[in-house]
Amino acid sequence: MSKKWRLWTLLSVLFVTSINMNAQQFDEIMSRGQIKGNFQFESQFYREDTIIGAEEVPERIRSNGFLNLIYSNGGVSAGVRYESYLPPLLGYPEGYQGNGIMYRFASYQKDNLSITVGNFYEQFGTGLVFRTYEERGLGYDNALDGVRLKYKVYDGIQLTALTGKQRIFFDYGEGIVRGFDADINLNETFSDFFEGSKTRILLGGSAVSKYQADRNSQFVLPENVATFGGRASITRGRFNFYAEYAYKMNDPSADNDFIYKPGEALLLQGTYSQKGLGLLFSAKRNDNMSFRSDRTEGEQNLLINYMPALTKQHTYNLLATLYPYATQLNGEVAFQADLIYKFDKGTILGGDRGMDIQVNYSTANNIDTTHLNDEFTFRQGYKSSYFSVGEVYFKDFNVQLTKRFSSKVKGIFTYANLVYNQDIIEGKPGAPTVYADIAIADITYRLDMRNALRGEFQHLSTEQDQGDWATLLVEYTYAPHWFIAIQDQYNYGNSEKEKQTHYYNLSMGYNNKGSRITLSYGRQRAGIFCVGGVCRVVPASSGLYLSVTSSF
Amino acid sequence: MNRLIILIVISCFAFTAFGQSDKIPSAKVNKLDGTTFNTANINNDGKPIIINFWATWCSPCKRELNNIAEMYELWQEETGVKLVAMSIDDARNMAKVAPYVNGKGWEYDVYIDPNGDFKRAMGVNNVPHTFLVDGEGNIVWQHNSYVEGDEYELFELVKKLSEGEKID
Repeated sequence: MSKKWRLWTLLSVLFVTSINMNAQQFDEIMSRGQIKGNFQFESQFYREDTIIGAEEVPERIRSNGFLNLIYSNGGVSAGVRYESYLPPLLGYPEGYQGNGIMYRFASYQKDNLSITVGNFYEQFGTGLVFRTYEERGLGYDNALDGVRLKYKVYDGIQLTALTGKQRIFFDYGEGIVRGFDADINLNETFSDFFEGSKTRILLGGSAVSKYQADRNSQFVLPENVATFGGRASITRGRFNFYAEYAYKMNDPSADNDFIYKPGEALLLQGTYSQKGLGLLFSAKRNDNMSFRSDRTEGEQNLLINYMPALTKQHTYNLLATLYPYATQLNGEVAFQADLIYKFDKGTILGGDRGMDIQVNYSTANNIDTTHLNDEFTFRQGYKSSYFSVGEVYFKDFNVQLTKRFSSKVKGIFTYANLVYNQDIIEGKPGAPTVYADIAIADITYRLDMRNALRGEFQHLSTEQDQGDWATLLVEYTYAPHWFIAIQDQYNYGNSEKEKQTHYYNLSMGYNNKGSRITLSYGRQRAGIFCVGGVCRVVPASSGLYLSVTSSF
Repeated sequence: MNRLIILIVISCFAFTAFGQSDKIPSAKVNKLDGTTFNTANINNDGKPIIINFWATWCSPCKRELNNIAEMYELWQEETGVKLVAMSIDDARNMAKVAPYVNGKGWEYDVYIDPNGDFKRAMGVNNVPHTFLVDGEGNIVWQHNSYVEGDEYELFELVKKLSEGEKID
């Protein structure tokens, strides 16, 4: 053993023996400890299938796996995650190669102070200024490795300070990130003043900065770049109004072509909800808000903040994976309106058992820009008017009706109309804007308490891109352990006759308590898989897929 | 530093040979009005609790919670059970939770876990994921995914707990 290790072992032994307690006390404390964790393993055997564009995979089998373990006892908590990509599944970011532990932390909480060292995830407000999070399905993980302190300084006032380096695959980004946030619950801080009041006010402010050395020979780049944000939430009775604003100082980077223009983002949200009715309006404008801890990076790497997409997150295959919207960090103006309403039993539309309707409309446009031609002078790049918009990026109007017809039959019917600027969203210059109509019927028939049959019929019609699609899915489930499903997606409307193919797929699975195993065989259409406005392209594939997931 | 942290973590795991409790871990989540709530404070006065992780974009989750909603009042009358619906919707969809929950008329205790802190602490991988907590605050059962009819098995277990029986 090296000298350092011997010293640490000696210190730990001394520490443990010096704790002045008897065996019973020690047992008592240790018995309060608990371990929780989860495990996931996915593996795919790839077959070459030239008709659908599934290329040969030299390794034949690709697998992703991870295991999370968290120990907690009173105020102490520690955890570790081991990940393995040998190599990663197709469509997963290729930077994940090999195995290793890139997540380990220890944290301690006592009274009003909480300390975390190691890797952690944190969010200030909605994330416009700072958000580190994980989305294992996407391969998104920008955890900070460093130190985080949280302190409740007074009733309703919580302060957070953090510093660290961000994760990028099995390494860390060059930049050093440090941030500070204050979260204030006015009702708690001034509890006397707000006594009995129906109004609830929350405020917050944050400042985050990054340091990265300037190694650029062409420009003099700012080594410290800061972003500031403020937010407020007011709730009164059934109404809630939320506003958040972020301002980023000049941050020339690969994303914005090294201009010195500052960035800003504004998010406004209003909701009204009562029993049987929910209404939401939101608006967002972001301009030059890509904030990374390494200015030369791109794609989803090393992003410090998070710009939510203001579009509806769809779940049905043809709606969700063919033409989904991805947030445009460089500039976008987006609006969304959402209504959900329950027609009661006994009303005309409600019928015997009631009916729910959900209507949603969202749009996203480029910001209005006027090019400045100042590449050799101030390099501000462009100026942008706040109240006008540029070209259309995306429009989505959709309606969903949910109705129970009898104790055995329930149906969900969806219609959507999309306008999708493939050129900008997918980065395919020259591609025409796609106008698509989608209709979906999802019907569940319960044979008895255990057996159920569900059928999904989806249809997409468009004159652009790949043309019309039809999908049929039939799923048989035996509660609580089994399911089997067969699906076929048929691109019958493709203008190229050889591409008018069937994407058939058979899947089955077993689950028990916290564990589940799924096996599927067949073809998988190329698609775009998105969570929260962050997307990854999954290429077409054919073969056998196995997934095992467990929580304990 | 790296090795030290891993050593501390591994020794903590070694110590759990001394005993295992299974209480609800402590994490900060948001209530629908935006204020924070500590999950360690989830309690139902000695009666069973169902903790269900869901999201507004998860179809099976919504199907499960809507199916249970049709029977929730009866379940509560019979067993006093409380269902805590923990949404893992993030900043993109957080604002939709309150309108959706109220629009559907759910009577559950709804919270939002916007950055996954409680989800991680509970070892949840995918949604829907359901946990059952007994009268003493111990997590005694869990289930991942949802198919039609799962709610009947869930209710059988809730009834057992409310009568003081143990679940294996």
